[in-house]
Amino acid sequence: MSEGKKEGRFLELYRRMRLIRRLGEAVGSPAGQEAVPAGVCDALGADDRVAAGADGHRQALALGSDPQALLAELRGRATGVCGGRAGAEVIDLEHRLVGCFAGVGGSIAAATGTALALQRSGGIAVAFFGDAAVDHGYFHECLNLAKVRELPVIYVCESSHYGESGAFEQLTAGEMTARPQAFGIPTITIDANDVWTVRKTAVEAVERVRAGMGPHFIEALRAEPRDPLAVVRAGLAERYGTAAEAVGRVDAEVDEQIAAALAAADAAPFPDPGAPVPEFA
Amino acid sequence: MTPADFRAAIAQALDEELARDESVVVFGAGIAGGGLAERHGADRVFDTPVSELALAGAAFGAAVAGLRPVVAVDTLALAMDSLVNQAAPYWRRSGGQASVPLVVRAAVRAGAQWEGAPGLKIVAPSTPADAGALLKAAVRDDNPVVFLEHERVREIAGDAAEEPGVIGEAAVVRPGDDVTLAGAMWAVHECLAAAEELADDGIECEVIDMRTLRPLDARTVLWSIERTNRLVVVDDGPRSGGWAAEGAALVAQEGLGDLDDLRRIAVPDAAAIVAQVRAL
Repeated sequence: MSEGKKEGRFLELYRRMRLIRRLGEAVGSPAGQEAVPAGVCDALGADDRVAAGADGHRQALALGSDPQALLAELRGRATGVCGGRAGAEVIDLEHRLVGCFAGVGGSIAAATGTALALQRSGGIAVAFFGDAAVDHGYFHECLNLAKVRELPVIYVCESSHYGESGAFEQLTAGEMTARPQAFGIPTITIDANDVWTVRKTAVEAVERVRAGMGPHFIEALRAEPRDPLAVVRAGLAERYGTAAEAVGRVDAEVDEQIAAALAAADAAPFPDPGAPVPEFA
Repeated sequence: MTPADFRAAIAQALDEELARDESVVVFGAGIAGGGLAERHGADRVFDTPVSELALAGAAFGAAVAGLRPVVAVDTLALAMDSLVNQAAPYWRRSGGQASVPLVVRAAVRAGAQWEGAPGLKIVAPSTPADAGALLKAAVRDDNPVVFLEHERVREIAGDAAEEPGVIGEAAVVRPGDDVTLAGAMWAVHECLAAAEELADDGIECEVIDMRTLRPLDARTVLWSIERTNRLVVVDDGPRSGGWAAEGAALVAQEGLGDLDDLRRIAVPDAAAIVAQVRAL
């Protein structure tokens, strides 16, 4: 990529991260976890698919979901991407999102199965999950199955070294990355706050998985509470000399987009309870 | 029809479905024998570890992505998280973006306990012929299907199936005018044995094989009690909350005018059925 193209690419990633931040604020989701979905999803192709965990609106936006339809879904409206039936467990297959699985480890199962199908039809699957999932049975059973079948899947642990109910060390024995390594799955630990690092790591992992090298594991560690958006802003200026005004325009556009999406979602009707969806397909 | 035991009927149905549809894949612990992998390829038929979470989860993900997986699990309860929380709600939750055509085969020693999960079909055959026919139907169904293989039913000999069956249709397996006995899987054979014994006393039982536990075919039972006015629901699973409870409730709700008496038995014992019917 030329420097000019790179600048455009990362300005676009900044836009997505800003969208994730602003939409997250509207639905009460914590800030600071924007770089990993943005960087990883940017490395994916049209045939690839993603399974997300809780707060999966981040992956949805990173994959190109329409913010208005997404926000409407999160608020349970009929205009939502799933007609208001999914709520936070959003599904957007058109944009390659298999689902956002609230149950710990659910995304690992969904991505592993997706990879089983994509192994035949082409494409790779990515699972996003948090620290807590590495203690779950899904993690161990699915990574084992994925390795023995050499499935095209990337497991991305968005780690803070803080699990669902306490500090990592109190809940999880040994090193996290030692677990995939025990299955023969290559691992890498990276800085979750730096979208350049995330994207570069993801591009390399995607290449290896596409080449038939089997599952890979990325631990994206948020070791310190740096703001990933501030990291992009500083990086854009430093690497490409991007003017503050260009970044400011993106900020303003995103803010406007989110305000419009919020207004539209709040004005939209709820699904008609008198027209229930049939039980079976 | 060719004579077959239950296992042969299952194997034949899988063989035919694998041959008919490229998207069908079969995996689980110890399932690749019998020449299926050789005939259809090791990428479509393969053994896995005993790993129910991974198997059910993988079946779900693969089904959403376009395959029709048939997986065999040892412990059904361990597969239920993915089935109930991921596969069963998916079609409705996604607003119809994708259906989830998968089959989970499970050996059971008694009735199921999962009949209350919306979006999940539960098939419960009592003969080799129904096993083959309903497994074919399950593979072709666009919804997640749990296919129950009762350990005692697995030992029964009978004919193999030719055509796919219909999920959600009960069958009258013995006609009678005095009392209706409704069962599933092994309980059907208990009901037939009880009917035989009661016939000696001049009591003619109509025996209904439910064959599917969800959706439950209450209509066939309602037609029967229009004549018999008496119903005994027989389940060898837990008494509370199962299909027998739901079936009894549905019949009471829709057919109370036809119903003189209703009993629910959760013990797989012909003697107990005889005693209950004599007490009517």
